[in-house]
Amino acid sequence: MDLTMFLSIIIGAIFINNFILSKFLGLCSFIGISKETKPALYMGVSVTFVTTCASIITWAIYNFILVPFHIEYLRTIAFILVIASFVQLVEMVIKKFSQALYRTLGIYLPLITVNCAVLGVAVLNSEMFFKPGMNALTSFTLSALQGFCVGLGYILVMLFMSGIRERLELCDIPPSFKDAPIAFIIASLMSMAFMGFSGFRF
Amino acid sequence: MKKLLKEFFKGIGSENPTFRLVLGLCPTLAVSTSVVNGLGMGIAATFVLLGSNIIISLIRKFIPDQIRIPCFIVIIATFVTIVELAMKAYAPELSKALGIFVPLIVVNCIVLGRAEAFACREGVFSSMLDALGMGIGFTLALLLIASIREILGNGTLFGLLVIKGFEPVLYLVLAPGALLVIGLLIGGINFLARKRRAV
Repeated sequence: MDLTMFLSIIIGAIFINNFILSKFLGLCSFIGISKETKPALYMGVSVTFVTTCASIITWAIYNFILVPFHIEYLRTIAFILVIASFVQLVEMVIKKFSQALYRTLGIYLPLITVNCAVLGVAVLNSEMFFKPGMNALTSFTLSALQGFCVGLGYILVMLFMSGIRERLELCDIPPSFKDAPIAFIIASLMSMAFMGFSGFRF
Repeated sequence: MKKLLKEFFKGIGSENPTFRLVLGLCPTLAVSTSVVNGLGMGIAATFVLLGSNIIISLIRKFIPDQIRIPCFIVIIATFVTIVELAMKAYAPELSKALGIFVPLIVVNCIVLGRAEAFACREGVFSSMLDALGMGIGFTLALLLIASIREILGNGTLFGLLVIKGFEPVLYLVLAPGALLVIGLLIGGINFLARKRRAV
C-alpha cells in the first residue's frame, strides 16, 4: 500500500475510467437528471454518499459472511439486497431528522437503488480488491477510496453535462434530436475528451 | 388473442425498451462492441426477464405492496445468479467479455420496470409474452447497435471479414462511438416516428 496506488485509484476512478463516460455505468440517471445544475448536483452528492457507504458495507458482508461460509457465488444477491436496504434506511433516517434535506434529496434516493453505478462499484471492488491473499486493511481502504472517487467522477460529469444542457435550452435543435439524442451526442464528445486522460501512466 | 399478440409485439416495436423507452442503456452501450457479445447479453437478459416475470406474476397476490421492490429484486437476482453461473460454466469466454455487466443485469431498468409495470398486475401467460417481446426487442436493438459498431469499427461481422480494404473507424468501437451511435439511432427513429405521425 503506497502513494502511487492511491493516486492511480483516485485519478483512475475520476478521470481515466470515469464510470459514466468510459464504463457506461449510471447512464440512466445521467441522461434523466442532467437537465438542470442543481438537481444534478444533489443527485451526484447522494450517489457519492451511497457508493462510499456501499463499498464499505459490501466489503464487510463479503469478508465476514460470504467468505467464511464459502458462498461467494451469492455475491450478486447479497450485494443488491444490502444496497437496497441501506438506501431505504438512509431515506428513513433523512425523513425523520431533516425534512428540508428530505425534500431536496428524497426523490433521488429510490432511484439510486437501481443505479448501476452503486452495484457496479461493489462488484468491481470485489473483483479488484477482495482477493484471498490481500491484507484486510489494504482491501478495505482501497475499496472505500474507490467508492468515494467513483462518486466524485460522477458529480464532475453530471455538472459538466447539466451546464451544457442548460445552455442548450436556448439553441435551435432539430425537434427529433431534442432531449435524449442530443444528450448522447454531447456525452460522446465529452467521452472523447476524457479519453485523453488515458495517457496517464503510473 | 389479439390482445396477447399486442403484448408480444409492443416490446419489439412501439415500446422498444432501448429506442422508445430509453431504458437499460448501460449494458446496451458497454457490450455492443461486437455482435457476439451483444447477442450473448440479449439472450441472458431475455432469460432473466422471462423467469422473473413468470415468478412475479405467479406470486403477485402474496407480495405486500410496501416491500414489493425488495421482493422483485431478490427474484431477479436469483435468476441473474443462475445466468452468471451457467455462463461461467458453459461460455467462459463470453462471461469474461461481458465482465461485470452480467451481475449488473440485476439493476437493468428494463427487468425491474417490467416487473413493476406489468408482471405484478397481469396474468402469467401475458406476462410471459410481455417478457419475451421486451427481451427480443432489447436483443434486436443490441444487435443493431453492435452490428453498426462492429462493421464500421472493425470491418467484421460475427468475427468474419465483411469489407475488404476498408480502414476501420476505430472510434466506433471505443466508448465515445457507442454514445454517438445510440444518439443518432434514437434521433433517427424519433424522426421517422414524427414523419409517420404527420402523414
